[in-house]
Amino acid sequence: MTTTTLSPVQSPKTAPTRSQPRPFGLVRHSLALARRSLIKTIRTPEQLLDVTLQPIIFVVLFVFLLGGAIAGDTHQYLQFLLPAILVQTVVFASVATGVSLNTDLKKGVFDRFRSLPIGRSAPLIGSVLGDLIRYVVATLSLTICGLVLGFELVNGIVPALAAVVMTIGFAFCLSWAFVLLGMVLREPGAVQGVAFLTMFPLTFGTGMMAPVDTLPGWLQSWVQVNPVAHAMEAARGLMIGGPVAGHVVWVVAWGLGLLAVFAPLAVRAYRRRT
Amino acid sequence: MTETAIETNGLVKVFGDNRAVDGLDLTVPAGAVFGVLGPNGAGKTTAVRMLATLLRPDGGTARVFGRDVVAEADAVRSLVGLTGQYASLDEDMTGRENLVLIGRLLGFRKPAARARADELLEAFGLTAAAERQVKNYSGGMRRRLDISATLLNTPRLLFLDEPTTGLDPRSRNQVWDIVRAVVSYGTTVLLTTQYLDEADQLASRIGVIDHGKLIAEGTPGELKSSVGAGTVHVRLRDPAQRADAEKLLSAALGATATPDPDPRRVVIRVPGHGTEHGAAEDAARALSELAVAGIVIDDFSLGQPSLDEVFLALTDHPATEKETAA
Repeated sequence: MTTTTLSPVQSPKTAPTRSQPRPFGLVRHSLALARRSLIKTIRTPEQLLDVTLQPIIFVVLFVFLLGGAIAGDTHQYLQFLLPAILVQTVVFASVATGVSLNTDLKKGVFDRFRSLPIGRSAPLIGSVLGDLIRYVVATLSLTICGLVLGFELVNGIVPALAAVVMTIGFAFCLSWAFVLLGMVLREPGAVQGVAFLTMFPLTFGTGMMAPVDTLPGWLQSWVQVNPVAHAMEAARGLMIGGPVAGHVVWVVAWGLGLLAVFAPLAVRAYRRRT
Repeated sequence: MTETAIETNGLVKVFGDNRAVDGLDLTVPAGAVFGVLGPNGAGKTTAVRMLATLLRPDGGTARVFGRDVVAEADAVRSLVGLTGQYASLDEDMTGRENLVLIGRLLGFRKPAARARADELLEAFGLTAAAERQVKNYSGGMRRRLDISATLLNTPRLLFLDEPTTGLDPRSRNQVWDIVRAVVSYGTTVLLTTQYLDEADQLASRIGVIDHGKLIAEGTPGELKSSVGAGTVHVRLRDPAQRADAEKLLSAALGATATPDPDPRRVVIRVPGHGTEHGAAEDAARALSELAVAGIVIDDFSLGQPSLDEVFLALTDHPATEKETAA
């Protein structure tokens, strides 16, 4: 059947023009838009490759390529690598929000959002919230992969969950920087390019793959200020034991700082973009 | 007393060197369809986007029901709905999901948003397609869904930017029915179009825009009589008879032929005023004179003046250009 049977157009009854203004508009609108972004992700699951297959390939490659050389045995190296690569994957996944918003902005549906009497920031908050699903998927696929390869949660499940919450929270804050990029750059490819340039030093300039004390001095100084490096050490501490509190303070401070700077800038850039 | 839905004064929007809207003064009364007629690039869409608060004007003022589109943008947004030239729908979501989302954003509670979505899908004949993703919709279905999305909260003023461009005739008629239904429950509609007959069918007043300025405004009747009642197109069997045919037709219709590149075609605009006969009557008389003179014609039509012809009549520059060329 190619055509729909068309009933004659009836005059649609006049709707009650917006039920009286309800409180928490921004929250409700953002959640409705987050649901939209969730529906889109579910309809195009191939968008999730970078948080499902790709990290698994990384883990398998790194563990078996480098494990012997760096840690002397692959199991030891898996214990060392997995908490850090979890952080790396989740943080990296935050780039996608900026890329997909950049694509989305060019579509007519954003004109619709703009012409509605809703908060200017709601479409952006909605996208960022909707993409939290990506972080959850990344966590699940890495956890399963790790457990299959023999990863042991030395400290039990609750500290591990705390590590996940901290990581996702940080990625949420950082994603606003990429939302800003998505608002100011013209092409999705450019957003991805610029984002990756910042992401490589952030995620690989860390103690993810090798112990920090084996790094040259200048790199160690970078690791000491890099919030992603602190998130990795905190995740390690929570999952397999080690210092936690100091690292978490760094992560929280950086996260809130990034959020406070980039979220307002992103909303402002969105407003200006026509 | 009629309320004023839109009032603009010297509205300007500049893109680089292009003055897309160049001092537009427009007054649109509430409660009817106002047609904005103009060719591609006349500034119709830009003007509409400024009125719907999607673009910020570079000069002049615009008010919608007395609210300034810049200073009181939020108030304006709650009064207007816009259906653009390109569907503002989410392609990956179903028709129903699109409507429910917009309902939620307009402040409906979930059950109310669903009920209203179903009501509109039903009214616009989209119930059977409600659960399909919009990317699988035809052009006409998209346009209807798009308009229904704009009608979720029954705006007081609805902008329809070229709502039938690219639609087949049947879908176009459906959109026309929707526009009439919308007006019947009290919404003011500002409709932009490139087609005079569309404006004629729907609008009670028409404004003609060219180069970002209003160049004429009036009822469809006024506008057409300024242009002529219609245009006679005649296709001759023998191009050699063209000069004779032109002479005869000009005399019978009291107008000069419009030059046409096709050597077998004669095109004459029938003046709308000054004759006590209808245009069709005049044309019929002219045709019989051709027959008497032994000029064979293969095809004949009496059409409404086209947008081109409206422009020839309203602006002098293209008309003089063509006549000197001939």
